[in-house]
Amino acid sequence: MDYSSVVFYFFSFILLFSAIKVITSKNPILSALFLVLSFFSAAGLWLLLQAEFLAIALVLVYVGAVMVLFLFVIMMIDINTEVMKKGFWNYFPAIGFVSIIMLTEIILVLNKPFFKTPALFKAPIKSNTDAIGEVLYSDYILPFEIAAIILLVAIIAAIALTLRGKKMHKGIDPAIQISVKKSDRLKMVDMGINKTKIKKRVKRS
Amino acid sequence: MINLSHFLILAAMLFMIGVVGIFLNRKNIIILLMAIELMLLAVNMNFIAFSYYLGDIAGQIFVFFILTVAAAEAAIGLAIIIIVFRNNRSIDVEDINRLKG
Repeated sequence: MDYSSVVFYFFSFILLFSAIKVITSKNPILSALFLVLSFFSAAGLWLLLQAEFLAIALVLVYVGAVMVLFLFVIMMIDINTEVMKKGFWNYFPAIGFVSIIMLTEIILVLNKPFFKTPALFKAPIKSNTDAIGEVLYSDYILPFEIAAIILLVAIIAAIALTLRGKKMHKGIDPAIQISVKKSDRLKMVDMGINKTKIKKRVKRS
Repeated sequence: MINLSHFLILAAMLFMIGVVGIFLNRKNIIILLMAIELMLLAVNMNFIAFSYYLGDIAGQIFVFFILTVAAAEAAIGLAIIIIVFRNNRSIDVEDINRLKG
């Protein structure tokens, strides 16, 4: 067993363990942290496959940005974890059975000698980032621009969905302002001055 | 020696964990989103393994786009979760039944 296979088994064990912890842990913050761990070990496996740019992008974009967003949302909303766990394992026998069958089928297919050929990978002449950039900005320029537009739409959509509208600023809605009646604002108060007493005083004098 | 099928089987296991996670966490939409992220990670690993073993950079370009779309999906999904929590005071999937579907 050479060094790269030891690294592969180590990283893939951590990856699968943390993935299982993501879906079974009671606390959503714990599962977010285990998702960070699984992304990190996946980045290690991608480095083993000489996809350096994507491995670093995975760590920067996912661990640095997306998972922090997840943690923000988890801490912002107040989740009752006791209610969450009620009936947690209800469907587990059925879905475990189905997923094990699907996994066995995939493994049976993947054990063909066709998938066990040695790598056709040639030794890289230039860096991985260089190679990706060369293809990305020439052959895939249209999908690249579409991806930029998708990100813009996602920004606008996320802001538009969570904007609270008029509650945030202090202006007055003109429609409410002109539809006010006298009875809404003005309240007649009886000051308790007794008219009969005044009349008596007038008589005495 | 590690070959292509090792990576593909690892990705299949990761994908199955994601599927099981979607069925187990029906009460918590946030963990549903995390399970979707796990499945996307499995697909990305397939792409990169094929890209390495076939000597073609196009697979890595696809992973680049999948990462973009997944980040957009996570942002919008979390925004939807915040709205659902604001309206329902819970993020249980079974409480989202206004449409009576």
